[in-house]
Amino acid sequence: MEFLTVLKPFWNLYYDGFSHLPRWTKTVLAIVAVKLAVMFLVFKMLLMPNYLNSRYETDAEKGEHVLQQFISKP
Amino acid sequence: MTEIATSSLVEWSRWQFAMTAIYHYMFVPLTLGLSFLLALMETLWVRTGNEEWLRAEKFWMKLFGINFAIGIATGLILEFQFGSNWSNYSWFVGDIFGAPLAVEGLFAFFMEATFFAVMFFGWNKVSRRFHLTSTWLVFAGSNISALWILVANAWMQHPVGMEFNPLSARNEMTDFWAVLGSPTAMNKFFHTVTSAYTLSACFVVGVSGWYILRKRHMEFARKSILLASVFGLFSILATIFTGDSSAQDVTRTQPMKLAAMEGLNRGGHGADFTLIGIPCRDEALPSERMRSVKYGITVPKVLSFFGYHDFDAFVPGMEDILNGYTSHEGVTYPSVEQRMANGRLAIDALRAYKQATDAKDEAAAKESLAVLRENYGDFGYGYLNAPDEVIPPVTLVFYSFRLMVGLGMLFVVLFAAAAWWAKKRQFDRFRFMPYFALFCVPCAYIASQCGWIVAEVGRQPWVVQDLMPTHIAITRIASGWVVTTFWMFAVLFTLLLAAEVGIMCSQIKKGPKGN
Repeated sequence: MEFLTVLKPFWNLYYDGFSHLPRWTKTVLAIVAVKLAVMFLVFKMLLMPNYLNSRYETDAEKGEHVLQQFISKP
Repeated sequence: MTEIATSSLVEWSRWQFAMTAIYHYMFVPLTLGLSFLLALMETLWVRTGNEEWLRAEKFWMKLFGINFAIGIATGLILEFQFGSNWSNYSWFVGDIFGAPLAVEGLFAFFMEATFFAVMFFGWNKVSRRFHLTSTWLVFAGSNISALWILVANAWMQHPVGMEFNPLSARNEMTDFWAVLGSPTAMNKFFHTVTSAYTLSACFVVGVSGWYILRKRHMEFARKSILLASVFGLFSILATIFTGDSSAQDVTRTQPMKLAAMEGLNRGGHGADFTLIGIPCRDEALPSERMRSVKYGITVPKVLSFFGYHDFDAFVPGMEDILNGYTSHEGVTYPSVEQRMANGRLAIDALRAYKQATDAKDEAAAKESLAVLRENYGDFGYGYLNAPDEVIPPVTLVFYSFRLMVGLGMLFVVLFAAAAWWAKKRQFDRFRFMPYFALFCVPCAYIASQCGWIVAEVGRQPWVVQDLMPTHIAITRIASGWVVTTFWMFAVLFTLLLAAEVGIMCSQIKKGPKGN
């Protein structure tokens, strides 16, 4: 409860701030929301997954894969 | 020697990273510098009680907020690319980058997000002093975030404080303070942030100049010009000073980059600095990657001075580096061909070490490890096909460097003149000054991007200097995939930039509130 009392002024600050935004700020925030959605949902999850994480589970497997790339060259 | 990836995949991956980094850096420098000006304006308001400073701060804070919001998280796209297109690289450097980027994430999230809210929403809700402290902390938070990113970048330019683990194929940090306190990191940080302050000062002087031209908000514009031009003058002088330190660092740690910046084929004692010239293909040169600078205007011995603060110091050219040379400090560097042989030894030793550990042959593993450690400094050279692959694209680096320096000198003139006439309240007396100030706004962005081109194109073919060439760093995925995402990023970032410019222009047209 004491923790919540400490957080309350911060909550009020954000709540008041966001509920009295001018029009241009709402436009900017809408752009930010769309941008983040495109970045995380389209790019991160669909188009650009982490290559090693999506193929290997452990660090040892990832290291083994990269090591093979390094030593299979010349 | 087989190619690990097609040249088309390497080129598209590079183009994609370059394009997104360029767009990302359109947003960053204004955040770094404008936050300082906001804190300065608020301090002046708190100390003098002059409401004009508060009015100015609130207006510039609006533009700062637009830039911050639109630009926020654009850097994450680069991180996505590390994971998808540059998986070998991100694994290879992962342990070194993990610590600085984790600290950066914590700072960016907690410090900026918390105090950013107080700065924007806290007017009349918290005390003046607390608000002022929050504004200064937003400045500190954004600049400290930049420090960690630049430390990571500097490590790629000059890897220190780590040891390669041949079992995990990773570089592991052995000395955090060596990574953080490396002269390359410090030079890079201070040169980058001071140039970002310069850009922000150009932005404020330029936009204020527009109000002067329109004869609107004259007092606000005069005050903004005075403050920003004095700040800009200090910033550009600091940028020149840190640029000088960076030049010395590059001379020691990345001599090929310096040679490319100068189009210097054969070095020597008392090397000349080329003010301007035209790099051209020359059949007489030993490599088609080299350029011969025609119609050059040179200043005798100044390159040696820039490199070592000694007019007679030896500065190596591209041919010297290819053939091997002894540096001004007396260190002998072998030829690139020799370093390629060392690199191949290191790779063979890594392979032998892997086989020995799999076979649990401790003696053979120990022997291979010793060879690997001895030759690890040249590890990346083992992947090169020809010695002249170590030469970066000379023409692009040569012109970018000159454009950056030339525009930097232009900003000295702008800030000195603007500060002088703004102090005398005569900025609006000379019609060309506001036009000049406006002209310098895009120039500041161009100079900033040119700086990054010199730093990043100039270090090619390396993603990690001497240890990992670009074509080894990438993930073997279909190049068509990279082409598709390249165009998607191009559309996304262009829309974001257009949105930023559009919203900013509409707010600039409205001008500051009141009066």
